[in-house]
Amino acid sequence: MRINNFTSYRFINFETCTRTIMTRMQNSKSTNNEFLVEVQNVKKSFKEVNAVKGVTLNIKQGEFLALLGPNGAGKTTLVEMIEGIQQPDEGSIFITGKQWKSHEHDLHKIIGLSLQETRFMDKLTTLETTRLFASFYNLDFQRADEVIDLVGLKDKNKSYVNDLSGGQRQRLALGIALLNKPQVLLLDEPTTGLDPNARREIWNILLQLKNEHETSLILTTHYMEEAEYLCDRIVIMDQGSILAEGTLQEILKQSGEKEVIEFTLVENVSSKILESQQFAISWDDKLQTGKMIMENVQNQLSHFFAFLQQKGLTLNRFNYRRITLDDLFTSMTGRHLNE
Amino acid sequence: MNNIKNTQLFRLLAANFIQLLREPAVLFWGIGFPILMAWGLGIAFTKQGDMNRTVAIVKQSSTGTAESKLYPFLNKYATISNGKYVVKLNNTKLGKVNISFKECTWNEAYTLLKKGNVTLILEDHPKIVTYHFDPANAEAQILYHLITGTLSQGPDFYALHQEEIKPMTLSGTRYVDFLIPGLIAMGVMMSSVWGISYSIIDRRSKKLLRRMVATPMKKSNFLLATMIARLTMNLIEAGLLFGFAWLYFGTSIQGNLTALFTVFLSGNFAFSGIAILIASNTANPEVGNGLINAVVTPMMVVSGVFISYHNFPDWILPFIQYLPLTLLADSVRSIFNEGAGYAQIWMELTILTLMGGISFVVGLKIFKWY
Repeated sequence: MRINNFTSYRFINFETCTRTIMTRMQNSKSTNNEFLVEVQNVKKSFKEVNAVKGVTLNIKQGEFLALLGPNGAGKTTLVEMIEGIQQPDEGSIFITGKQWKSHEHDLHKIIGLSLQETRFMDKLTTLETTRLFASFYNLDFQRADEVIDLVGLKDKNKSYVNDLSGGQRQRLALGIALLNKPQVLLLDEPTTGLDPNARREIWNILLQLKNEHETSLILTTHYMEEAEYLCDRIVIMDQGSILAEGTLQEILKQSGEKEVIEFTLVENVSSKILESQQFAISWDDKLQTGKMIMENVQNQLSHFFAFLQQKGLTLNRFNYRRITLDDLFTSMTGRHLNE
Repeated sequence: MNNIKNTQLFRLLAANFIQLLREPAVLFWGIGFPILMAWGLGIAFTKQGDMNRTVAIVKQSSTGTAESKLYPFLNKYATISNGKYVVKLNNTKLGKVNISFKECTWNEAYTLLKKGNVTLILEDHPKIVTYHFDPANAEAQILYHLITGTLSQGPDFYALHQEEIKPMTLSGTRYVDFLIPGLIAMGVMMSSVWGISYSIIDRRSKKLLRRMVATPMKKSNFLLATMIARLTMNLIEAGLLFGFAWLYFGTSIQGNLTALFTVFLSGNFAFSGIAILIASNTANPEVGNGLINAVVTPMMVVSGVFISYHNFPDWILPFIQYLPLTLLADSVRSIFNEGAGYAQIWMELTILTLMGGISFVVGLKIFKWY
């Protein structure tokens, strides 16, 4: 299924970044009331590592945004700066026009978050944990019951947190993040390490939330399906910078609607044999599988078959499919999203 | 519908208590263990059982039985059991002493001495016995006097003048009376420092602390709840320990009860402050472990919980006296045994409170919530 009507996409390079930085630095205040969250040229480094190298992002009310990128891309650091847990070295962050320094208490009331790995108190039950956090927001027991219902943990009310499965713990963390009906919800890899069913359960809760149009979501993930399935807009990050941004279709469109072929061979070969000036084949020596992005399958395919024949190689399996974000990311960085 | 049950402080306190109560091991080590220790040590130092001691005899080959000073005595008074000569001495006030004389070679005797099985080696020469022991070892000295006296005057030597001995069993003068207040003070230190520091470091390492302060939770409520939960546990612990000592050993409190309560509170405050200072910066439980041990262990050794610190060298006494555990143990002890009140302990009270206040403020300044 291809969608052709896209409006705009952005492919940010360092030059445009620098230009944005200059304008933003001169004008470090909330610029637009249209946006619920404004991240203006934010930088953060730890000792030798530049974790976030000047990122600018705006999120509208009700918008679901995915920060997609491999481990170490700077997603968590960026999100933690938005959460007020870390302070940016440079740049500024506004949430409903307010900054953390001057409005910490107000902002805590309107955001909800789940950290990458939070472990609650082992010997407290689901209900006790939820009630504890509800009390922080001055909420009554009824609200605690509501969110437990919402995340489907009612039958686990009396279970110790310690005895919950990974998926149930993540749902508890999500429930706690939703206690205060946050305007801004920040979830840091909420489904990492979960099996597909548990992941689907979290997605369903989030989709339900999306339909209410009241909460803006910033979600970090290295699963492209998650970003595709849940979010209106995807921001691909790598090494502290934004590589691409837009809806899924916009980003893919930008790649020129390329397609991907995948194949295996009858012969056992090494990647050297498949080196060619004509094709950029990436061959996995271990798995003995090959992959190649093609701009135009119809034209290129016959050349590819001829190339194999010339090398004396025989195709075993072959398939071709639409390009995905992961293919795109790999073609830009040489690495996979979930690396 | 906002009742007390869903206020921050109430729920934080509840969470702390629930956590404590659901860890049986915490209850055992916090409450059961100090009572067991009081019982064990109290028994060991109060109930007078038989004292069994062994000494080694090294025989000179040239010594004939006729010429020996030792063997005629042993043949006359000792019974033989397991190849050893056993001489039984009795004193109605001091209890029974059984001295076993074990024949061995020099090598065997040295091995026994090095292992601590004997402290005294007797060498049997013609007409004379020589005694080999470390003069700095008090027990060896006592044994030396006992054996020389018994050899010259017979087994009745031990019972000589026994009517002159008036055993002190008055409450407040026994070892167990020294021990119980020390154990109460130590309980406050161990429970506060381990309980508070460890739970903070643990929550920080689990990123729970970070998660909690990302809500409108008041940080002061968090710390207050942790401290109040500990104080309550410590009160129960001290109460049970005292109750046990009162029933089992007849320990009593001779001084001012409100002063005792006040000093208990200030001790708790001091150690809570210290605990927060210890836990202020690290997220690594192993580092925390080391830090806690570095603070707690020296005080356990020198602060006079088990034995009086007055036997330490003079130059170190001023340091020891102002350690928080010493201050607390000394003041609790003086209220228990010497009938002290506010007038005698105001200085300890003030210093403990100040220590708590200062560590608390410094700890909060450098406290890492994230």
